[in-house]
Amino acid sequence: MPCISFTGHLRRYLPVATVEVAGDTVGAALSALFEREPRLRGYVLDDQGEIRRHVAIFVGGERRALAHPVKPEDHIYVLQALSGG
Amino acid sequence: MSDRILAGTRKGLFDLRRRAGGWDVEKVHFLGDPVTAVLNDAGTLHAALDLGHFGVKLWASRDDGASWEERPAPLYPPQPEGAEEPYPWKLKTVWTIEPGLVPGVLWAGTIPGGLFRSADDGRSWELVRELWDHPGRKKWMGGGAEQPGLHSVSVDPRNPARIAIGVSTGGVWHTEDGGRSWELGAKGMYAEYMPPENRYDEIAQDAHRIARCAAAPDHLWCQHHNGVFRSEDGGRTWTEVTSMQPSKFGFAVAVHPRDPKTAWFVPAVKDETRVPVDGKLVVARTRDGGATVEVMREGLPQRHAYDLVWRHALDVDATGERLAMGSTSGGVWISEDSGESWRELPARLPPVSCLRFA
Repeated sequence: MPCISFTGHLRRYLPVATVEVAGDTVGAALSALFEREPRLRGYVLDDQGEIRRHVAIFVGGERRALAHPVKPEDHIYVLQALSGG
Repeated sequence: MSDRILAGTRKGLFDLRRRAGGWDVEKVHFLGDPVTAVLNDAGTLHAALDLGHFGVKLWASRDDGASWEERPAPLYPPQPEGAEEPYPWKLKTVWTIEPGLVPGVLWAGTIPGGLFRSADDGRSWELVRELWDHPGRKKWMGGGAEQPGLHSVSVDPRNPARIAIGVSTGGVWHTEDGGRSWELGAKGMYAEYMPPENRYDEIAQDAHRIARCAAAPDHLWCQHHNGVFRSEDGGRTWTEVTSMQPSKFGFAVAVHPRDPKTAWFVPAVKDETRVPVDGKLVVARTRDGGATVEVMREGLPQRHAYDLVWRHALDVDATGERLAMGSTSGGVWISEDSGESWRELPARLPPVSCLRFA
């Protein structure tokens, strides 16, 4: 299963750790995690269900969208974009 | 008199108390996080945080700040596909949280302009669609911020269904039925920054802040972008106060809770620079409905002071004697004689965005 890690900044607010979750896209993997930790959704996604403007998601060394496919061996990094200041 | 002030700042929520030795910081909550709105309502403390990267979060405490629980922030509904919208339906800031004067009811004013209502003490929120869907809403513009901001929710204590709201920039709006229908009502205000033909356009008015007299609720005051206005008919029509000193620009206004003719302002040089006139921080007070204005400076910095007091950072307590204000430079001043003299809090806070007696 893909693995998800979070910026240490987010761990100030939520008890998030690196976890394995089922999902064949970035969005599906995140959705599976939101079921376990409902508060997390509002920290990563905005009102319209899009990745927050100042959050960046990386897979395979590139910034990715929610629809990006992930393989079981992939590692998804949820980071703060430097645009947030 | 109130012996407690809650100050929301760029770097946390500061709980200030008056003890035998005077005012001081009692406790700091959310250190490092921007706090944009704060309220103590019926024993519950509410704080709105803007986490930047991670969005707006609301926290509440039912034990006076000993512990906090996160509660859902207002969420805009799905934005219709293809509809022409001036800005996305996404919450940027909770700019004010106000008690609805009905048990459990709270109002939240936001950027980009949505008004949200909670009927369960902030455990859930619903966008007031009747205002959001009003054709006039799409004509709102940004003021100091990029997108419009709903900063004032003024509930009539005689009838909590009667509410006036203020928008930067979108004028003053009124409901008589708890939010089911809305009317624009900013007659008499004028906008110097608009072309001559739009000068009296009520929707173009940048009402910076609106405050109501609790004991005489038809009396409202407004610090507007280009002047001070007052209303004696619940905010439907407005008259300019032309006696303002030392300038007519500012953000904040506080109204005496019992005397509708007494109000306080913190004037500044207008929008080009937004600093106190001549680098001297002063408070302007009228006690005769605006016929005359006194400028008070005792205890306030009078040399190279560049403190600006934002629209939510001036408050008066229930007695009308005690006032407090916080500035963009982190200064907090408290007056215990109706604004005539001020004492500085013995601490420099982060920039103060909001402050109120609790």
